[in-house]
Amino acid sequence: MSTHLTPSSPGQTLLELRDLHIRFQSRGEEVHAVKGTRMTIAEGETVAVVGESGSGKSVTGMALTQLLPGKPACEVTGEILYRGKDLMACSGREIRQYRGKEIAYIFQEPGSSLNPVFTVGHQIAEAIKLHRPEIKDVTAEVIRALDLVHIRDPEKRFRDYPHQLSGGMQQRVMIAMALACHPKLLIADEPTTALDVTIQAQIMNLLRELREKIGMSIMLITHNFGIVKGFADRVVVMFRGEIVEEGPVEEVLANPQHPYTRALIGCIPRLGNRRERLTTIDYEEIEQALKKEERV
Amino acid sequence: MMTEIPQATITATDSLIRVKDLKVHFPVYGGVLRRVVDFVRAVDGVSFSIPRGITMGLVGESGSGKTTIGRALVRLNQITDGEIFFGDKEVGQLTTRGFFPWRKRIQMVFQDPYNSLNPRMRVGRAIQEPLDIHFPRWDRRRKEGRVRELLDLVGLPRNSGERFPHEFSGGQRQRIGIARSLAVEPEFLVLDEPVSALDVSVQAAIVNLLQDLQKELNLTYLFIAHDLAVVEHISDEVLVMTGGKIVEQASAEAIYENPQHPYTKKLLEAVPAI
Repeated sequence: MSTHLTPSSPGQTLLELRDLHIRFQSRGEEVHAVKGTRMTIAEGETVAVVGESGSGKSVTGMALTQLLPGKPACEVTGEILYRGKDLMACSGREIRQYRGKEIAYIFQEPGSSLNPVFTVGHQIAEAIKLHRPEIKDVTAEVIRALDLVHIRDPEKRFRDYPHQLSGGMQQRVMIAMALACHPKLLIADEPTTALDVTIQAQIMNLLRELREKIGMSIMLITHNFGIVKGFADRVVVMFRGEIVEEGPVEEVLANPQHPYTRALIGCIPRLGNRRERLTTIDYEEIEQALKKEERV
Repeated sequence: MMTEIPQATITATDSLIRVKDLKVHFPVYGGVLRRVVDFVRAVDGVSFSIPRGITMGLVGESGSGKTTIGRALVRLNQITDGEIFFGDKEVGQLTTRGFFPWRKRIQMVFQDPYNSLNPRMRVGRAIQEPLDIHFPRWDRRRKEGRVRELLDLVGLPRNSGERFPHEFSGGQRQRIGIARSLAVEPEFLVLDEPVSALDVSVQAAIVNLLQDLQKELNLTYLFIAHDLAVVEHISDEVLVMTGGKIVEQASAEAIYENPQHPYTKKLLEAVPAI
């Protein structure tokens, strides 16, 4: 497989999206969820995709490995270049070589992403057996993976069913599973939204640590600018299927250009800032701003 | 429409809710005979009082017992020991039937607006349901008028009543949940993580709505959350809870400016700063 791929080295483009469109057919109506997105992620880079529900950020992540339903329910056009190879042109069989192995996912609700009738060890082993057939002692590898995400007593937890673990532990298992095959790119889709703030901080720290250790790229999909700072290198802001702003995180946070970005940052409740009211997003103002941009 | 509510019993004490040494223990069964082998002490000796008209924040991680307190106040959990006063009336030990008249004065808004609404019930019916139970003598027109009033109050379009929950976004669904809890004109609302499942932008709108409603309807809130930033914003006073006990109680400013307990400090540190 690697013969198709450009060799990897830090700083080189890992993923490039060109003019990505995603359209859903819903009861005879077309919903244009993503409207011509362009994006690049370099090797070792962390890019945050920020936007509200419905902005198209999650479907962008899912489109990468054809996780969306096929035609006619959903149509994806454009180019998805992963290490120089167009993933759009891949057959179902081919894409399975990439999904999980090269590009792995963790989702918002660990509780519903895990299969309740298998032990967590079994589920992690499945990924390893599929993508790393060269591994002889799968159990040892699973225990290593659980240990990597700081699950105590991995030999015991190995035999636990998902319901025996807390939400934070379940998310650790999901991360262990995603990283068991040493992916180059991790799509973290709202990884901490369902978790408490203290657990959120733990999971973000864990991802930070593993990123260094494994040297992977991360696409962090979130609605919360709060967790982006100090974690991502670049941020891409999406609004109704379009990218309205992108740039280095510190720059965008310090000096947001687009009114939508400003609104998104403004509505986060901050400690010690007991304003009378929280800022909400004025969509009319943003739409007018967008129209003005188009005219220019 | 207040005539059907039992005579107010709020007298000398200015606190609306007073909780004394509340304990909620859940039995743990074990062994072949499934006997009670132990208890989970979800709430273990908690006392606090909430003055009328304020928002009391209640923070802690999952498992700290904060939701159990909220559920005990609306009697969704049986209390093991202790007293709950509403005004000067003890309501914690009442039977379900005895508690019934109090239900319309103490209402609850739940965390997950996706699972707390019946997917097969039109929104108008869902909001009207508490009226059917607590005001059975109202005629249809009066109830429907009240539903429209409530939709206006929470900022939903008037025709929302005809639609089903799945046609609404998360934020709109939480508005429906709030309208439903306000239908019977409660004095006290337990808000159990009302914004945790929502986008930050939608959170802001719901928090603002709750603050407006509080002023307009003179409501008292118990606001349960794990995010100190939101709690600090909306609350007058804050209770910090861990392991079934309250470890700190102070004004919202004091909690932020001068946290005393190490656990409070840990919670504060976990809030991402921008």
